[in-house]
Amino acid sequence: MIEIQNIHKSFGDNHVLRGIDAKFEAGKISLIIGGSGSGKSTLLKCMVGLHAPEQGKVLYQGEDFTRMDFETRIPIRKEIGMLFQNSALFDSMTVEQNIIFPLEMFTEMSRSEKIDRANFCLERVNLVGNNKLYPAELSGGMKKRVGIARAISMSPKYLFVDEPNSGLDPETAIVIDELIAELTEEYQCTTVVVTHDMNSVMGIGNYILFLHQGQKWWEGSNKEITHSDLEELNNFVFASPFMKVAKERF
Amino acid sequence: MFFTYFGRYLLLLKAVFRRPEKWKIYWKEIIHEMNEIGVGSLGLVAIISTFVGAVMTMQIAFQLVSDLIPNSVIGQINRDSSILELSPTITALVLAGKVGSSISSQIGSMRVTEQIDALEIMGINAPGYLILPKILAGITMIPALVIISIFLALTGGLLGGSLSGAVTPEDYINGITDGFRGYTVAVALVKAFVFGFIITTVSAFKGFYVRGGALEVGQASTRGVVISCITILVADYIVTALML
Repeated sequence: MIEIQNIHKSFGDNHVLRGIDAKFEAGKISLIIGGSGSGKSTLLKCMVGLHAPEQGKVLYQGEDFTRMDFETRIPIRKEIGMLFQNSALFDSMTVEQNIIFPLEMFTEMSRSEKIDRANFCLERVNLVGNNKLYPAELSGGMKKRVGIARAISMSPKYLFVDEPNSGLDPETAIVIDELIAELTEEYQCTTVVVTHDMNSVMGIGNYILFLHQGQKWWEGSNKEITHSDLEELNNFVFASPFMKVAKERF
Repeated sequence: MFFTYFGRYLLLLKAVFRRPEKWKIYWKEIIHEMNEIGVGSLGLVAIISTFVGAVMTMQIAFQLVSDLIPNSVIGQINRDSSILELSPTITALVLAGKVGSSISSQIGSMRVTEQIDALEIMGINAPGYLILPKILAGITMIPALVIISIFLALTGGLLGGSLSGAVTPEDYINGITDGFRGYTVAVALVKAFVFGFIITTVSAFKGFYVRGGALEVGQASTRGVVISCITILVADYIVTALML
């Protein structure tokens, strides 16, 4: 489980996060949603240690991650898998090398064990046989899937996903969402997804945290989100004509 | 402003020299970088050094018109100029452009495409993994290139001098061997070591902290080259003042 307490983060005079509290449970998919500039990506980066919050705590199983130095963070970092918005694959490495890179750094596996693990991860994301391709040779959806394969190579306890569906067609976006849901179930990991895709919200959101102007404005499940009276949340959820029609019908 | 940047540079260096996660992986990277920096720059350094040596010989001969000065002095002047100044400094300035811009843009591209963030999230010391192999390759291969450059500058001087008729091969060889002091080569190697460190660390620093996109990566690369060149010239003056 991950718990965040009173997180504040500023960039110069811009106070991006203003005291956010939340709990993200293991085996569930937690979605952080909100409009552009609401602070969701900044919150995710504070949680994984890419940004240092000015105030507040990020607790991994009760251990305060924000107060740890580089060395003491390593055991927790080894349990983190992350899929970036643009996949962030190492472009000088092949698909297979990308996946086995964390294994090479942190395990004593033999070469054949690492290749087996890479093949298993690629099979898990339906990319068997693409081991020797370079990131430049992959489509956007394939890059996301390789990013997921790399994220799960160390069997993570915490899975962070930043905008998994950006730049993907609706069909591929659903495939990625389903994959995230399956992996969360399989590894019983604490999954935190930053998104503004309402299909993801309705499809896989066990817990949803809505941010507005750097503050937590609403939290609940995807069952509850359509029944909220909160104006800002409704403006966000039912922004598209399709969602407006769906709301009227159901 | 200067102290802020210098402080960040020192903090980056502190992170670079943290204990590596796995030497085996780093070793592979060091060999790769040695090949990139050393072998990859050999052709350019060879051409420049040979021509500089040849031109230097002809210019020295042009300026030494007195019958009272033996022609072997041409070889002596070319030797000491090449060893002490031209080979280390010109090689370093050329490599600041070639190797430095490559390092800045490579690391800068990794920054803007979140590849450095990915390394950090995995628990890998990104400055160490990305920069340490380049520094070690720089401080070993640039001195090696400078030694080759000195040899080729002297050979170029021999060819240029004899082809143009400015000095006979015998006089030139007498000149470069007469009164040779090994200490001058030590000075050249110290310079090359310092320049190698400057080129790799300054360029890596500019790339590592780049923010934005492709445009900013290009700007960081240019700034890295400019700052490296100025720092090389300042360091050249300091090392010369301290050692000679």
